[in-house]
Amino acid sequence: MAAGQQWVLVEMVQAFYEAPAYHLILEGILILWIIRLLFSKTYRLHETYKLTEKEKEDLIEEWQPEPLVPPVSKDHPSVNYDVVTGPPSHKIVINGKECINFASFNFLGLLDNDRVKQKALASLKKYGVGTCGPRGFYGTFDVHLELESRLAKFMKTEEAIIYSYGFATIASAIPAYSKRGDIIFVDEAACFAIQKGLQASRSFIKYFKHNDMEDLERLLREQEQEDQKNPRKARVTRKFIVVEGLYINTADVCPLPELVKLKYQYKVRIFLEESMSFGVLGEHGRGVTEHFGVNIDDIDLISANMENAVASIGGFCCGRSFVIDHQRLSGQGYCFSASLPPMLAAAAIEALNIMEEDPDIFSVLKEKCKHVYHALQDIPGLKLVGVPIAPALHLQLERTTGSRDTDMQQLRSIVEYCIQQNVALTLARYLEKEERFLPAPSIRVVITVEQTEEDVQKVVSCLKEAVSTLLK
Amino acid sequence: MTESATNKLANGNGCHRTSNGKHVTKNGFVKTHCLFQQPPKKYRRPGEKNVPYNASLYKRPFVESFEETPLIVAVLTYVGYGILTVFGYLRDFLRSWSIEKCNVACEREEQKDFVPLYQDFENFYTRNLYMRIRDNWNRPICSVPGAKMDLMHRVSPDYNWTFQHTGHVVKDVINMGSYNYLGFAEKIGPCAEAALEATHKYGAGVGSTRCEMGNLDIHKEMEQLVARFLGVESAMAFGMGFATNSMNIPALTGKGCLILSDELNHASLVLGARLSASTIRVFKHNNMQSLEKLLREAIVYGQPRTHRPWKKILIVVEGIYSMEGSIVRLPEIIALKKRYRAYLYLDEAHSIGALGPNGRGVVDYFGLDPKDVDVMMGTFTKSFGAAGGYIGGKTDLIDYLRKHSHSAVYATSISPPVAQQIITSMKIIMGEDGTPLGAVRLKQLSENTTYFRQKLREMGFIIYGNDDSPVVPLMLYMPAKIGAFGREMLKRNIGTVVVGFPATPIIESRARFCISAAHTREMLDTALRAISEVGDLLQLKYSRRVHRAPSVSWTSEESLLQD
Repeated sequence: MAAGQQWVLVEMVQAFYEAPAYHLILEGILILWIIRLLFSKTYRLHETYKLTEKEKEDLIEEWQPEPLVPPVSKDHPSVNYDVVTGPPSHKIVINGKECINFASFNFLGLLDNDRVKQKALASLKKYGVGTCGPRGFYGTFDVHLELESRLAKFMKTEEAIIYSYGFATIASAIPAYSKRGDIIFVDEAACFAIQKGLQASRSFIKYFKHNDMEDLERLLREQEQEDQKNPRKARVTRKFIVVEGLYINTADVCPLPELVKLKYQYKVRIFLEESMSFGVLGEHGRGVTEHFGVNIDDIDLISANMENAVASIGGFCCGRSFVIDHQRLSGQGYCFSASLPPMLAAAAIEALNIMEEDPDIFSVLKEKCKHVYHALQDIPGLKLVGVPIAPALHLQLERTTGSRDTDMQQLRSIVEYCIQQNVALTLARYLEKEERFLPAPSIRVVITVEQTEEDVQKVVSCLKEAVSTLLK
Repeated sequence: MTESATNKLANGNGCHRTSNGKHVTKNGFVKTHCLFQQPPKKYRRPGEKNVPYNASLYKRPFVESFEETPLIVAVLTYVGYGILTVFGYLRDFLRSWSIEKCNVACEREEQKDFVPLYQDFENFYTRNLYMRIRDNWNRPICSVPGAKMDLMHRVSPDYNWTFQHTGHVVKDVINMGSYNYLGFAEKIGPCAEAALEATHKYGAGVGSTRCEMGNLDIHKEMEQLVARFLGVESAMAFGMGFATNSMNIPALTGKGCLILSDELNHASLVLGARLSASTIRVFKHNNMQSLEKLLREAIVYGQPRTHRPWKKILIVVEGIYSMEGSIVRLPEIIALKKRYRAYLYLDEAHSIGALGPNGRGVVDYFGLDPKDVDVMMGTFTKSFGAAGGYIGGKTDLIDYLRKHSHSAVYATSISPPVAQQIITSMKIIMGEDGTPLGAVRLKQLSENTTYFRQKLREMGFIIYGNDDSPVVPLMLYMPAKIGAFGREMLKRNIGTVVVGFPATPIIESRARFCISAAHTREMLDTALRAISEVGDLLQLKYSRRVHRAPSVSWTSEESLLQD
């Protein structure tokens, strides 16, 4: 082999000597041309037609930008929020009217729990309010470490990591793992925070029909075939399924056991968002994994916020250290944001204490949910969306008027009627242009353990009255 | 426009940075059309940070310096990283052959045949460089992050792979790391008392979004106060500073819009710009020539390929840049923005409360009109000792955001005690509590800043940034000195922040001090003594400038920049 190469080299040198002069010159010119092409400036479009300074000035003078924001009509309902005076607990004062609260995500009634308050106050007396820094720069408090280990213990996972904002939790966690070129399979009903996380990850997004495992399998199979065509690429393309435990937009539960089966079959990782189901589903409130009896280690990452059942602020992710630890340097909302105020972390710890001490609270909530679900079944003109165990249900119009705005107006008038009758309900709000799949307009009904039988009777009769007077 | 004398002087400063690169290409427009002149080409280098400015727009001297990196230091820094990398590969090799114990958490057995979650080289830096000096970050504290704090003592039995808390508390560490500019991180005093009361009244959580059932009266009160404080028509507050940027920029711009962003903008601004689906172009840090060039090109040539005019252009800048300690050249940006009809988004995360005679941020500092800034954004985490962020501006803007902000529709509102902390601290700064305490704090902060910066300069350290910025970066350069500095300072009972790549350019590792109004002169002196000691020990006094006593006249301050 080496001898052969040497021979070729010798022959080349010989050929060079023997070649005629014009040939060498031609080759020389060609080489120079190649060099020129290599080093010449890249082609720029606007260099092909030079504008004079006068023309440029005219263009600059002429340019009129759009206004920063389009004008908003002053009487738009979103501009004038309902004002809540005092704490948003079981009894809530809206625009001066005292109502029974069927709107705040205060599932376990911990929002004005005395024990939680006392712990928050004690923490406030020790640490003050703010943390004045991100976790990396003296923003890590002993309370944060305690909350993380408590959450990990509660969920029976290796590690947990807390964020200072519920929305930022899953929105930061997804792009920490999934990068450009990776593939994410997502349920169509996924909440807005997930959608933002997907967008930030810049991965390929494949939506499957809501809770339709056949559709998901079809996409997975397609991807598998694609991978077989290009195994080299497939070896570095990470694949994720992102689902919610209990969907906030549809109030139903994901079929987790089937998802886990698909996970191992197609070797895709599962990220589970449990903001609605954490502290709600399962015997001990561990969420949808406990509800289905799925081994929690089979889920690669669980994320939830501490703003609903836990009634504090912030969010957390939990799972195995191999997965979670990565966020401590790559979770943008974790690294670059000030840490959670210690008093809110302390409130969350006390909420966990209560949840651990008294797991009966979850069965109470479950019974209430079922009860409300059945009570709301037969309201003429309104359709209940959700499953009996969901603590946040949706009431949609049975017959849509065909226009979203009119539907919203009708529902809004029902809500207003109920508030007048001392029942606090709210419309489910969405950014209509930004949502990938916009859910139908609905009234949100939130169930909490504090609601009594009479309260439920009241909301049902109120809704019936409202519908009979307003929907004709 | 004629070139002023000060401009010439500053041009002559010509920082000789070590980075080599192409000279700035000639951009071909005639000088008289540009608002800001292109400086003579021969002085300009891409890495240069001392750019000339239009002195006529400033009401007060604007002294900002970034001393060049000495060549030998730069070379040694690269050598340092080279050695670390070689050792990193060696140890990775040893680990892969199980000669060295691997401490990294591993994938589950059941999932070994999945596509690896991390690319192997992805964590090379973490494993081999960061891990060596990891003890300098995430130090847990167990007290108020005030002027002095208590640290939890921790040890690592396995070279920083894991930490164990010994239960011992390191008491009264002087805190030079927290963003507690006005000293409102307090557990006693009017703010804490008001927050206690708010907790009693409301509890800690809210349990709904602003748009649905989470708009409390306390939020309304806070927003009205913020608007009054900023001098804008209306304001809105959000639960997290990071999210204020990343969730509101997408509401303002979209496809067909252009965002001009400073190269050193915070990750949240970058994320927000990216989520908005607008085109993003980056201009050099605080460099008005670079910005003007981009503005002109954008308007003249329109969108790429289609050449449709841009729908709108949004300039995104920060008030104080937290890693450089520099202050935005706001008067010039406002002049540019008016000339080219662009919109301005100003992130005052570090400057609100910390700058200006009334603590109202850079706008106040330069004596400008807040109405000239279209979007005033800032955070409550720093100067106010609370959490969250705000956006202020015209009523139209805020009304639009109330309807379209991702945060208002989908995220839980601010916790009531946090809102109360914001209200009380802001009232103190404004003097509405009937005491001069706010003014005292503002004065104290500005004096502390001047004193601390001046002393460090005199000691011969290279200090970056503006003379009035309470963020004080001290250059360390070499990777080994990052860890050494942090540890030596902690030994002397002073908590500092050290930062290296990727938060800074690879050779510009630094320590950062955040001055607070709560620091007493004694604390600063103690800190300065320790810094000087450690500086001698680690040979950090790189500066080759001759330091004179500060003078008051405009030209002589300029000539301070002349070496």
